[in-house]
Amino acid sequence: MHIPDGFLSHGMNAATFVISSGACAYGVRRVNRSFGEREVPLMGVTAAFIFAAQMINFPVAGGTSGHFLGAVFSSVLLGPWASLIIMTLVLIVQCLGFADGGLTAIGSNIFNMGVIGALGGYVIFIFLYTLTQKSQKGFFIALAISSWLSVVMGASAAAIELAISGTSPLKVALPTMAGIHAIIGIGEAIITTAAVSLILKTRPDLVTSYVPPTLPSPSRGEGEGEGEGGGGKKVVNEKAT
Amino acid sequence: MKKRLDAFIWMGLGIALLLALLFSPFASTAPDGLEKVAETKGFAEKGESWKFWKHAPLPDYALPWIKNEKLSTALSGLIGTLAIFFIALGIGKLMKRTPTKKGILFIFFSSLIFFFSVSF
Repeated sequence: MHIPDGFLSHGMNAATFVISSGACAYGVRRVNRSFGEREVPLMGVTAAFIFAAQMINFPVAGGTSGHFLGAVFSSVLLGPWASLIIMTLVLIVQCLGFADGGLTAIGSNIFNMGVIGALGGYVIFIFLYTLTQKSQKGFFIALAISSWLSVVMGASAAAIELAISGTSPLKVALPTMAGIHAIIGIGEAIITTAAVSLILKTRPDLVTSYVPPTLPSPSRGEGEGEGEGGGGKKVVNEKAT
Repeated sequence: MKKRLDAFIWMGLGIALLLALLFSPFASTAPDGLEKVAETKGFAEKGESWKFWKHAPLPDYALPWIKNEKLSTALSGLIGTLAIFFIALGIGKLMKRTPTKKGILFIFFSSLIFFFSVSF
């Protein structure tokens, strides 16, 4: 979905650049307020993972390939504003270092994958997650749908930009872009859900958007030989009651 | 707690590096969604006619001086993954440390990345 130089008009590039840099500036402020000591290395590792995963194109129908985007993945892990900054950094490195995505189109690419993908995807995720009353099943359903939508919405935004720039009429660009990315989005949903569930299994505290189900009392300590900290606490609690 | 987070970071970075090193050389080389649409709808040449930024050190995820395509992709992936890890780490630290002057910071890191990629 990385738009190269020459596809978009200069007016379109300028407009999306203003929106994207504004969003990033506000994002820096939000991240500055919310980030602690532990989030910083997590941001580095998330960005590295997204960069590496974006290199791996998987084949989809009709001689086309697609790759992981990671916008909703990082939003769910570190929050939407940190995700926007991560996507921006990845896109800047890909553009300047690897000639992937044009420098004049950087604003549009950040808009499509950061503002629409990360922020828009997160809004949909939270909406769906709250709709399911923050159940564990609902978390994964919301994750799959919002990550699929983040790819389709980003591609649709790219199609609209192409149409406004006069590169390709909207009737042609929108269905083809959205259609192909509807298939690529399935890969996105699978990878996002698998990666987040893997992290939830090993380090649930690192997934900031996840609210552990509270109704059944914490049954995490069931496994034998868990941490001695948890076991100790349980004993204390039982003695207290 | 701190130690366990470190372990997670190293594990995550290790997974990312493995992905870049072992999987990226075998990625599909078919055009991606946008490229395919550009080809079939006849506006692909618009993107090939000119490039604003011509100094990318590793164009198309390859080290220009390595002939072996798979090795070239793997190494460029390794370099890129390490680079983005340190850039994001550094920027995360900067964002956390200084609450004000964020505009100046932004100019600072963009020039930093610029310098980094030119002098690669």
